Amino acid sequence: MKNLTKLGVVSALSLVIGASAAFAENIKIAFIDPLSGPFASTGTNGLHQFEFAADHMVNEKGGVLGGTNFEIVAFDNKISPKESLIQLQVAIDQGIRYIAQGNSSGVANALTEAIDKHNKRNPDSRVLFLNYAAVDPALTNEKCNFWHFRFDANADIKMDALTDVMAADENMKKVYIIGQDYSFGKAVAAAAVSNLASKRSDVEIVGNELHPIGKVKDFTPYSRKIVASGADAVITGNWGADMLGLGKSVIENGFDGPIYTYYAAGSGITAAFGESAKGRIRLISQGGINPIATDEARATYEAFEAKYPEGNIDQSRIFNVIGMLSQAIEAAGTADDVVAVAKQLEGMEYESMWGGKVFMRPQDHQAIQDMHVAVHTDENIDFDYDLSGYGVLTESTVEMASMDSPTTCEMKRP
Amino acid sequence: MELILVNIIDGLVTGLLLFMLSAGLTLIFSMMGVLNFAHASFYMLGAYFAYQISIALGFWVGLLVAPLIVGVMGAGVERYGLRRVHQYGHVPELIFTFGLALLIEELVQFIWGKNQMPYSIPEVLDFTAFSIAGNSIPAFKIFMIFTSVGIFIGLLFILTKTRVGMIIQAALSYPRTVEALGHNVPLIFMGVFGVGTALAGVAGVIAGPVLGTFPGMAFVLGSIVFVTIVIGGLGSLWGALVASLLIGWITTFAKSYNIAMSDILNGLGIATPENMSENPLRDLWTVTSPQIADILPYILMVLILIFRPAGLFGKRES
Repeated sequence: MKNLTKLGVVSALSLVIGASAAFAENIKIAFIDPLSGPFASTGTNGLHQFEFAADHMVNEKGGVLGGTNFEIVAFDNKISPKESLIQLQVAIDQGIRYIAQGNSSGVANALTEAIDKHNKRNPDSRVLFLNYAAVDPALTNEKCNFWHFRFDANADIKMDALTDVMAADENMKKVYIIGQDYSFGKAVAAAAVSNLASKRSDVEIVGNELHPIGKVKDFTPYSRKIVASGADAVITGNWGADMLGLGKSVIENGFDGPIYTYYAAGSGITAAFGESAKGRIRLISQGGINPIATDEARATYEAFEAKYPEGNIDQSRIFNVIGMLSQAIEAAGTADDVVAVAKQLEGMEYESMWGGKVFMRPQDHQAIQDMHVAVHTDENIDFDYDLSGYGVLTESTVEMASMDSPTTCEMKRP
Repeated sequence: MELILVNIIDGLVTGLLLFMLSAGLTLIFSMMGVLNFAHASFYMLGAYFAYQISIALGFWVGLLVAPLIVGVMGAGVERYGLRRVHQYGHVPELIFTFGLALLIEELVQFIWGKNQMPYSIPEVLDFTAFSIAGNSIPAFKIFMIFTSVGIFIGLLFILTKTRVGMIIQAALSYPRTVEALGHNVPLIFMGVFGVGTALAGVAGVIAGPVLGTFPGMAFVLGSIVFVTIVIGGLGSLWGALVASLLIGWITTFAKSYNIAMSDILNGLGIATPENMSENPLRDLWTVTSPQIADILPYILMVLILIFRPAGLFGKRES
């Protein structure tokens, strides 16, 4: 028995050593996002897409720099900025040079500041910040730095593209804006007001309201106000349960116009809306899923579905992050010198498999790409969300949205 | 004017839903002196069970079976959990129910995941019953009103007109005397706990399709239920009803009309300060009724506790 235990321990040990030897050369990317708590589903879903993208796009194709693999190392930040800084330090101590984060601009603001300081003080262990979803405009304006790259469009770009599409609707005369009472909800409302004022001065904003985030039991009273205001369209930045509650409630209570929004798909929301919201909800995002842009994207999505039958590719920009990073590393010829990699990322024009180009604007490190406005429906859907038969169908596209939008960024390069 | 009528109906729906939760809780509290923190969790379980059953057997079977399962679970919790903890006093009981609430939430996330569940209104009821000035009233809301009113009448009948009800009422105030008369008081406790949680289950079944079925649904409704029973008076069914409707209407009307604090203060003859951004009371001046709608019930509770500690319909002074 004792010998057996010894044998087990030895073989386990050798496995561990063998495994770490095999991974020793890997290029590690720290994924710092919520993997527990109320936003765990969003974080876990993002992690799956990162892991899949690294395997599918890099490792299975022979890696980068002649055979080096990507490895995603997950860190749970519980969506707390404080916790994220601790995890960042742990990641740096493990020799990781690439940090990916996306959920919550509050966390992103803390990380970008910490990384800027760290890189100044420790030129030998500099890291890059790959921001795949935090959309606070400040990150590529007054708070920009050389180490931060945003692969998603920021809240202003999204609203700019969304209002471009809305403005084309001649019948729209009255708009109601409602959102969650925190920085992101306020940013969405402010962008909506200024964009509508410049594009359609005849449109009247009949309501501009914030509600407590995550605390509203029943959105009926808000819906009544929206209906009573005679609004033709609703704009909201709501996400999660607040999005579903608001959307369901306004539709049930007699509002018959479109709802323009950012995040109303995946994580069970598409399935829960189902038939009731068909043709009513319009979302702005990069990377169209239906119709899918290329055969490569189709093959990728099918492979993803085979691995995660209940998962959705609802953040296709994650694949752009991996693709662009691997190209930059190849071009730089090194993964250790992040300055060289960053210089390759700057100004890169990347052909995305999800359609169109992604241009990493050098002056503020904001990715410029095609933005799509898609509708929630079950017609012509190749790839549905939540196994529900419903998905998002691209209706209109704004090419290279906000290509020449101004930025207040004063980039300091090392 | 039409909007007032619509808001009255909406408030009624909210209030009656709250009543179904608070009715069970108030009976349980007055009987055992236990604040059941897990009460809203049974409401969540009702919604999830009904969703699971509705996939296989349809909404109506779910409406009947899910509350039964929840009630049996509730009775089990009383029999094998609370009754054992009871001998150690009230604080362990509180902690027990608090732990139970956390446990149920984790369990729900473990089984069903963290996503929203596509639990929806049955097709028979998925139409607009009538509309008032463009505001449609869904048929499902009318159904909710009738279900909860039916349950209230049924409960009232059982509690006041039947022998079982009389024994329950007696056990509420004088458990030892009732026990001395040969009634099985622990059994009554278990029954009341079971029925109370089953009521919460019913509320979950009919609220799930409207308010969303997700792991946070218990948390969202949890605290307001306690406020309701404190305002209504512990142990009083009428009190629970009146307090629920009051809260339903207050929050609905406060959210529906944008009444600004500055208007109220101006109306009282206090002029708006000129330099608002420098004013220390800026937040008070800029507050609007939808922003504070969800705090109003708590303010009401504090006032009730100050001026009428037993609650609106409460009899006990302790």
